[in-house]
Amino acid sequence: MDVSIDFAGLKLKNPILTASGTFGFGLEFKRFGDLESLGGIVVKGLSLKPREGNPMPRIAETPCGMLNAIGIQNPGVEEFINKKLPKLPWKTLPVLANLYATDAAEFGELAGVLAGEEGVAALEVNVSCPNVKEGGIAFGQDPRQITKVAEAVKKNAGNKPVIIKLSPNVTDITVCAKAAEDGGADGLSLINTLSGMAVDIERRTPRLANVIGGLSGPAVKPVALRCVYQAVNAVKIPVMGLGGITTAEDAAEFLLVGAKAVQIGTGNFLSPDTAFKVAEELSKVLERVKAESIDEFIGSLQLPK
Amino acid sequence: MSANNCRAVKVISNKPLGLSSPGEEIVELKLEYPDWKPGWRAGQFVMIRPISWPLDLVWGRPFSICNADETSLTILFQVVGRGTARLLELKEGDEVNIWGPLGNFFSKPQNRPVLMLAGGMGIAPFCGYVDSHPQPENLKLFFAHRPPLENYPYKGISGKVDVEDIRETKPTDIPAIIARVEELVKEYADNDGLIVACGPTPFLKTIWNAANKYGADAELSLENRMACGVGACLGCVCKDGDDHHTQVCTTGPVFKANNLSLEG
Repeated sequence: MDVSIDFAGLKLKNPILTASGTFGFGLEFKRFGDLESLGGIVVKGLSLKPREGNPMPRIAETPCGMLNAIGIQNPGVEEFINKKLPKLPWKTLPVLANLYATDAAEFGELAGVLAGEEGVAALEVNVSCPNVKEGGIAFGQDPRQITKVAEAVKKNAGNKPVIIKLSPNVTDITVCAKAAEDGGADGLSLINTLSGMAVDIERRTPRLANVIGGLSGPAVKPVALRCVYQAVNAVKIPVMGLGGITTAEDAAEFLLVGAKAVQIGTGNFLSPDTAFKVAEELSKVLERVKAESIDEFIGSLQLPK
Repeated sequence: MSANNCRAVKVISNKPLGLSSPGEEIVELKLEYPDWKPGWRAGQFVMIRPISWPLDLVWGRPFSICNADETSLTILFQVVGRGTARLLELKEGDEVNIWGPLGNFFSKPQNRPVLMLAGGMGIAPFCGYVDSHPQPENLKLFFAHRPPLENYPYKGISGKVDVEDIRETKPTDIPAIIARVEELVKEYADNDGLIVACGPTPFLKTIWNAANKYGADAELSLENRMACGVGACLGCVCKDGDDHHTQVCTTGPVFKANNLSLEG
């Protein structure tokens, strides 16, 4: 089955992308599969200047999930453009840049730096990182800020689609989804991590130096599905779903509730070829459940009467 | 490096060494050789996640390569948490996913004396190091350990190179270990030797401090919690010599002492 889709003007050969922060700059995974077999990759979050990130320990494994407080460690947007991007097969692989900044103006500036980069297919805007003191989740919880950031990025993004990545750590995800749409976003991605915590009773310490981190992995999948379902029904722009996807069946669940594409995040840590396998197997799963086409399957959830 | 460098291999054997008592086992896990081309180098590591693991164990686990030949790959582990407790349950014929070899490796200089400093499980990479070194007569091992020697793959090394060991049975033994490590580091620094080290962080800190003090050429293999092992998650960073975060999995696990900061 042909599983190609159009997402906010992006032509994707399949709806399987890799999530920011879990796939490096893509090059790290070349030895585990053909990058070009993916629908796209979303690279590690980028800021205007390099960031060191948070102190160690930064990760903790939890039942069916993991907590992270990396803190957007990255080499800065210039190094990405000069050293990482040229090594990626961006002519045949959509590369989405993930943007992190501390206010709307800085988001706009960062979008402006990337707007002219031919190798960047779209901008994903991180308004929802729980692991940084400046900005971070504060944006993601304030609909007015989400609109402002979307406007600032859209204004400077040239012709690149702008996708706002939303936080699940809110009372009503639909309000945030609409706020992004009102700001001119071309699409949404959700969910970012859930705010969480783990402690060590022997040492009586938190397991993360940052104390609180972001929960991801299979544990968050029901929350992610619910958020995607609600967001899809609240806005007209397309939605990318992510949160706990490790198999093609998981990916199909997100498509069923209305996501037009999905991202594999923590699933890449179960095995470095997870995303490649999901991309390879999705069409078989859709055939197995007797979908006529991917377009017919997306959003075809039958609700109880 | 060929693609698809993640594959399933079968367990050949999985058994505690020596007379380890339950709960304190040092276990030798032998797997089918994953047919790595062009091969592996001592100091590199692998990520292992058994096929049978359910989703409650999300990450693979990193292990230093103890040794490998054309038919088998050997790692050592000690039961310290949920993952290693489950590894202990593996039986002959079970399948594990394995990706590697990962990271960099120890140098093997020609015509220079090499001191291997191993603390506890840090002995693992030196089995392969000794077997693959072109001049084992230049090697000396200093091994600091808690469980009895029989619980480690020690015989394979002790028959081939000059060895010295010291057992820590109580906290008051530690100053003697530190003193001897410092003495040896100075001796090898004075004689233009190379020091290669692996072990728990306090042990490595002692070596790092001594290497800085005496200007020794030292390579330290770090271990850290990892989610991916391939440089993507940035969960395993340490501080480099310029005090910047750098990944243990891809910049290391073996670092030159002068490119590393173990302060704090």
